[in-house]
Amino acid sequence: MEIDAQLIAYLEELSCLILSEREKQRLTDDLREILNSMARLEELNTTGVPERSHPFDNVNAFREDVVQPSLSREHILQNAPAHNSEFFIAPKTVE
Amino acid sequence: MLNMTALALAKAIRAKKLSVTEAVAEYIKQIEQTNPHLNTFLTVSKDTALARAQTIQAQIAAGEITSPLAGVPIALKDNISTLGIRTTCAAKMLENYVPVYNATVVDRLEQAGMIVIGKLNMDEFAMGGSSETGAYGTVRNPWDTERVAGGSSGGSAAAVAAGEVPLALGSDTGGSIRQPCAFCGVTGIKPTYGAVSRYGLVAYASSLDQVGSIGRTIDDCAAVLSLIAGPDDNDSTCVISKTFTFDTPLLERLAGFRIGLPRNYFAGGINADVAQAVLAAAKELAAAGAQVEEFDMPLMDYMVPAYYIIACAEASSNLSRYDGLKYGYRSPAAETLAEVYRLSRSEGFGLEVKRRIMLGSFVLSSGYYDAYYKKALQTRTLIKQAYDRLFERFDMILSPVAPTTAYKLGENVDDPLKMYMGDIYTVSVNLAGLPAVALPCGFDRQNLPIGFQLIGAAFSESKLVSAARTYQHRTSFHLQQPGGAWV
Repeated sequence: MEIDAQLIAYLEELSCLILSEREKQRLTDDLREILNSMARLEELNTTGVPERSHPFDNVNAFREDVVQPSLSREHILQNAPAHNSEFFIAPKTVE
Repeated sequence: MLNMTALALAKAIRAKKLSVTEAVAEYIKQIEQTNPHLNTFLTVSKDTALARAQTIQAQIAAGEITSPLAGVPIALKDNISTLGIRTTCAAKMLENYVPVYNATVVDRLEQAGMIVIGKLNMDEFAMGGSSETGAYGTVRNPWDTERVAGGSSGGSAAAVAAGEVPLALGSDTGGSIRQPCAFCGVTGIKPTYGAVSRYGLVAYASSLDQVGSIGRTIDDCAAVLSLIAGPDDNDSTCVISKTFTFDTPLLERLAGFRIGLPRNYFAGGINADVAQAVLAAAKELAAAGAQVEEFDMPLMDYMVPAYYIIACAEASSNLSRYDGLKYGYRSPAAETLAEVYRLSRSEGFGLEVKRRIMLGSFVLSSGYYDAYYKKALQTRTLIKQAYDRLFERFDMILSPVAPTTAYKLGENVDDPLKMYMGDIYTVSVNLAGLPAVALPCGFDRQNLPIGFQLIGAAFSESKLVSAARTYQHRTSFHLQQPGGAWV
């Protein structure tokens, strides 16, 4: 698997990260090594094998859909880095 | 007192031989003495724990709390949400995060009269196998402080080993309870996926994560598991409809227990002392009457690749919640919304977390999805099918936990692939959602602990605990305690 600067930039974008030059170099080498090792899965014949995204088939334990109290606004905002007691504050996005 | 098991401590409290306050104060004193050397605790909730001790004492006296662990202190891996107590995941991202609700497991421990005395160090967001990737320093192994405690629940295992707390909770996504237990010479249970609520466990890889217990003995760990297991309206993947009880008497003989021993786990990269000690554990169980039979574990070479593809994919999705807006770190340099996202994440996450997010983004990206993520999910099916077939032949599988004992600080931290390969014996258990117990079974020539694991079919915890109890009745490895300058 060839990991080049273009792919790293694409993954940074997907991951919503900005890497330093040092991190880029480091992760280029690491990803190359790790993905080469993961590529051994190619050897396995998985034709017709279903995908399993969860350990068990009976995934959902449902409960009655009853209205219950939820967290207060005060609690929800408590850990926000910036808020005005009513809303989260984010930089302006519409000119 | 620090040498007592948790169950014995609770019994002494019930018999009024000591008070809950005395117990809590004694453990906090120990933490204050040893934590500077071991770096196990990120937060010690001294005042709330001492205040709660008095309340619990009164409730025990009034007969309002009768749980077998009432009054016993417990500490929690710092990815388990605690109302009003900082929960950092050992991440800069969550340095100041104070949850506004308890994880379900915390509510259940508190309802049973247990006292949370602090939060334990770990790998950042539980991503690592040595408790070296956290933002608040490395956990040191009480058996040799120049070595790692294992990870990611390294703080939990080391704190129990050091007598800082009789019990701890950890989480296990690919071995994160079992491996630090093996490295620190303590006992742990990784429950079946869905046995214990994940509500309030900060998510790493949601189809693999499970909360479990760490203690000195299997009985202590089982007592905690019976408190925390069971369905939860806040976790739709918490499927079991009945809770666990582990009150069957000690089995002197394991007659009828069929134990499989994966022959190929003992070839190749395993340390000779580890192999010898784990094989001796199999002999001990055979001497107790179990039928031990060798077999070849299928798919061994594909377990680690499948696990890391799936875990990183889920992590990259789960960690997208850290946006610098709702909670967590926000970069002071950010001026636009895009910068709030990208700078906060870039400054708030450590290198291992970034590595796994990048890997996850890669395996999920168009063009690579089929070759990596889809292939890994198919491999997961094959691994689960292989286990299903094995559990037609065996009640449990006995295996090493890790190929080595605790290694030197810094030895593997710059070699992620080597670190990942250290998870060879543990990750398939999570891919298949199975329960496992990790137990001490000896020491290497440097006097470092060695552990083995018993892996069972889904929801076979009581059988695993029975076998483990018999093993610990016949051996004394779990009673050994570390010593050193930090004591």
